Amino acid sequence: MENPVILTLDGLTKRFGAVVANDAIDLTLHQGEVLALLGENGAGKTTLMNMLFGHYTPDAGHVEIVGEDGVVSRLPAGHPQAAIDARIGMVHQHFTLAENLSALDNILLGSESLWTLRRNRRRARTKIEALMQDSGLIAPLDEKIGALSVGERQRVEILKALFHDARVLVLDEPTAVLTPQEADSLFAALRTMVTAGLSVIFISHKLHEVLAFSDRIAVLRHGKKVGELTTADADKSQIATLMVGEETALPERKACEVGSPVLELSGVTVKRENTRNSLNGVTLCVRAGEIVGVAGVSGNGQSALAQLISGLTRPDNGTIALAGDVVADPTPKGMIKARVGRIPEDRHHDGVVGTMSVAENLVLERLGEPDVQRRGFLRKAKIAEHADELIAAYDVRGPGAEARAALLSGGNIQKLILARVLEKEPLVILANQPTRGLDFGAAGEVARRLMAARKRGAGVVLISEDLDEVLSLADRIVVMHDGELIEADTRDRAAIGLLMAGQAA
Amino acid sequence: MIVIEPRGDISRRMQTAIPVIAAFVALALAAVPLAFAGAPIFPAYWQMFIGVFGSVFSFTEMLTRATPLIFTGLAAALAFKARLWNIGAEGQLYLGAMGAVAVGTGLIDGPAVLMIPLVMLAGAAAGAAGMLGPAILKTRFGADEVVTSLLLNFIILIFVQMMLEGPLKDPMSMGWPQSEPILDSAALPRLMDRMRIHSGLIVALVAAVIAQIALTKTTWGFKIRAVGENAAAARHAGIGVNRTLLGVACVSGALAGLAGVSEVAGLKGYLTTDLSPGYGYSGIVVAMLAGLSPIGVVIAALYVASVFVGADSMSRAMGVSSFLADLVVSLSLISVLVGGFFARYRIKFAGKAS
Amino acid sequence: MMDLLNIFLNESFWVASLRIATPLIFGVLGALLCERAGVLNLGIEGIFVVGAMVGWMSVYAGAPLWLGVIAAAGGGALFGLFHAILTVPLGLSQHVSGLGITLFATSSASFLYRTILPDVSSPPRIKAFQPMDVPILSDIPFFGPVVFQQTAMTWLALIMVGVVWWVINRTPLGVAIQAVGDNPDAVNAQGLSVYKLRIGAVVAGSALMALGGAFLTMSAFDAFFFGMVNGRGWICIALVIFASWRPGKALLGALLFGMFDAFQVRLQTEAGAVIPSQIFLMAPYVLSIVALVFVARKAEYPRALLQPWFKGHR
Repeated sequence: MENPVILTLDGLTKRFGAVVANDAIDLTLHQGEVLALLGENGAGKTTLMNMLFGHYTPDAGHVEIVGEDGVVSRLPAGHPQAAIDARIGMVHQHFTLAENLSALDNILLGSESLWTLRRNRRRARTKIEALMQDSGLIAPLDEKIGALSVGERQRVEILKALFHDARVLVLDEPTAVLTPQEADSLFAALRTMVTAGLSVIFISHKLHEVLAFSDRIAVLRHGKKVGELTTADADKSQIATLMVGEETALPERKACEVGSPVLELSGVTVKRENTRNSLNGVTLCVRAGEIVGVAGVSGNGQSALAQLISGLTRPDNGTIALAGDVVADPTPKGMIKARVGRIPEDRHHDGVVGTMSVAENLVLERLGEPDVQRRGFLRKAKIAEHADELIAAYDVRGPGAEARAALLSGGNIQKLILARVLEKEPLVILANQPTRGLDFGAAGEVARRLMAARKRGAGVVLISEDLDEVLSLADRIVVMHDGELIEADTRDRAAIGLLMAGQAA
Repeated sequence: MIVIEPRGDISRRMQTAIPVIAAFVALALAAVPLAFAGAPIFPAYWQMFIGVFGSVFSFTEMLTRATPLIFTGLAAALAFKARLWNIGAEGQLYLGAMGAVAVGTGLIDGPAVLMIPLVMLAGAAAGAAGMLGPAILKTRFGADEVVTSLLLNFIILIFVQMMLEGPLKDPMSMGWPQSEPILDSAALPRLMDRMRIHSGLIVALVAAVIAQIALTKTTWGFKIRAVGENAAAARHAGIGVNRTLLGVACVSGALAGLAGVSEVAGLKGYLTTDLSPGYGYSGIVVAMLAGLSPIGVVIAALYVASVFVGADSMSRAMGVSSFLADLVVSLSLISVLVGGFFARYRIKFAGKAS
Repeated sequence: MMDLLNIFLNESFWVASLRIATPLIFGVLGALLCERAGVLNLGIEGIFVVGAMVGWMSVYAGAPLWLGVIAAAGGGALFGLFHAILTVPLGLSQHVSGLGITLFATSSASFLYRTILPDVSSPPRIKAFQPMDVPILSDIPFFGPVVFQQTAMTWLALIMVGVVWWVINRTPLGVAIQAVGDNPDAVNAQGLSVYKLRIGAVVAGSALMALGGAFLTMSAFDAFFFGMVNGRGWICIALVIFASWRPGKALLGALLFGMFDAFQVRLQTEAGAVIPSQIFLMAPYVLSIVALVFVARKAEYPRALLQPWFKGHR
């Protein structure tokens, strides 16, 4: 016997310009069930939930919610307050927390009228502490969010929803930033709450997670719902096909001859204000022809490591050596010259100048070269020619070489960056979250390119939050935790998960 | 319900149309203060028009006024292109004037072909130093250059007062605080007899052309644009962001300094504390109206100069306060800002979702 | 040396310090409110002028002093609203909008003044706020005159420090403002309106700024001069950073500044012949730059400052 329906999405459509992000999607959620919304990056899952929660206004369709009394009412569109009033809560992928305030203040934000003259925190604190006990989601209430770990912040984000007595909880890619163990305990906590009557929708692009933790699965692809099934009846390869539309396989990692060290970090320390974001005595050796995967939850020093290899930071202690030569004065220009290719974590922030053309972005790292300039003057024809070649070779799709880079899709921007980095056949490649936000096609393309570079003899440092990606692409795995790098001599997910959490296997 | 949608790329034609429309909107809005002042609207506009285009003299006056505006406009445009907020052009102008006066009032003498470049160099160097300070404070200490360059204006103005009552004072000026006059050999030659228009205008136009070429066709210009539009990505790509900013600061300050040289060595002949009626600040409006394009700066400078000269003339003829010019210029800035919004976004009025 | 120390022992020094600090208190509080919400308001210099002119003009036209104060605040709020609309829902450059508002506000106020009073050779005067003479308390030696014989507007400024502190730290509205300056998404996800919060903060902040200007023409002096604001608005922008965006520190910074300024005026009379007076005139601006450089490295700017936020674009 099925539980009663609590939520219905009816024909929801959303367009952004010419792009149809969601195309007449119907969805039902029953009370006390866990519904997984599955699809690759860009399928439209977040957009759909954003419409539910009121961040976006649908172009067509509506949402119906069934109250506790059984009355069906239509949810007013476009206002998060309406969703909150209807007791729908959302845990966003990028946490909606104010870092300069405490968890308590964040949870209370918006719950009292703005015109009251005093805040009443005592009653709220009691309620929140009870919620923490019941759900098992503990987080410090009085420290500023800025000082909390990612796991703690997520718990605060969930508590926000629970504080408003959510009956429906939406979680957007909740395990993207967690260790395997933290993910397990999150789902366990959710299960407890579901047993007590909560209904859950969670968004994910990870098949195994969805199969393990949901009751029903809805699959989205290119903005349409292409399948809906009960998890118990679901078949892994069937769902995978639904997600992507055809069989895909990640490139196979064949054994490769490993050469001499191309990148060596010896006892490197980089001191940051937050000790977790620092590097403490890191030692790493990457050889030609191998991919070293750096696994770990974000915020454990990955950005310091990336900045170091990119030449943006200098070590406070220790040395970096490239192909045996110690780098005396690391600068981005120096690293580029020393044949280090860097794929930054945030494409838009560090990778491309959005308002400049694709062609200009392709020569961004080569401004001094004779191909690009003569006596200080840009060689426009050469630059255009160069752009055409690379666009063809790397299949960068968009309005053309002279169009603004910002008009390209995420996948194509990544291809632009790959083109720029790989055309010079670098010795060392730093790939920082290279497939984040990309659909399977684009992600596969990136993986193929990295493999090809590896075959050619480059040493690749792959920093990724996605443990599955690390497991499939890396020859060796190291785990980053609290600024330290630990070699993982196992490929067991659970064991690596423990290392990610700072516990020995 | 109002929906704001980003447009794709906009055409060149629309890009150039926006400041023109903005200028007209600002002029049209001037009708409100005119009405408040009780002046007949159309005759007032007519007075403004003939105040600029009515005679050769008035036209050349407008060009003379436009000259320092081209320099300060270029100073602002180049700096803003790199997202370096140089609000100190007013002070840098005075530094340039002091440089010119220090070198050109008798310290050394020689033929014009030596003196004029020397005086310009001194003024440009002084102006450059004026923006280099705030730029260094920004790159080394992270101090916001808006505030530092702005406050420096006040400091420099007081400094000019001090100099004019002290070392730079003209003993023959009968107590009036002004500097000694620029030597004839150092003066920028007049362009027409009996008119005040001087070759500073030529220098300004040449500077605009050079700036345009530098910005669009050189690697230095490329770096400026990259740093201005995404400094993080530029840094990541190996472009020396601080070095670029310091370089732009020097050039920007130098241009503003040349405005001062132009006024002293071309127009007035000596330095006083009221040399500039706010050219530095108006230069910012000129730069924004020009869309930060150097060639556009020339046209925008002509517009702003016309507004000032025309409003002056109208003010004398009709008794309306000449602050009207400042009103129109400030409204032009706001209009072009709003216009920029419409260039990037389209507003749709969508009905409520079903 | 003794002469220098004597300056500090002289009552009038402290009276002057507090008086000079008053417009800065208003300005820094106003700027603080705007920036905490995430909006830089470079219109402050022009809004000071508007406050000075509107407040004075209202009294000149016959209104009682307090009505003039309200009118000044209203004038500031109006230009603040303008800036808020340009920067919040339209998301335009806060730097350029602010500078535009300063130019617009200054020229509007100047034009209005000149048009209403075209033929005056020396600026007419009004009956300004007089130092209050609080019975008993003013007779406390030293402390009495300094604090209790200031004008009502100085009292208003001191009270506003408390009010702003309370609002920001102890009311839900204030916490929401703190949040919107750090992460507007956080505010939006809790059902609050980012636009309304930011616009409200800017309007309220601008009203406060205008009071700083009004103080000049209605309390410190009794007439309106062109150029009388003379960079005080900009000094406030520097002082806000120095104050770490906190009302208590804002008061401290303004007071220190006032003391410095009062000191250099007196120093001038002592050392006048030897050091040119202009060095002393420069001192406040130099001090502001020094203070700014001093704190710049560690300054914790509101995280969302200068970043526009649009509804519906996540």
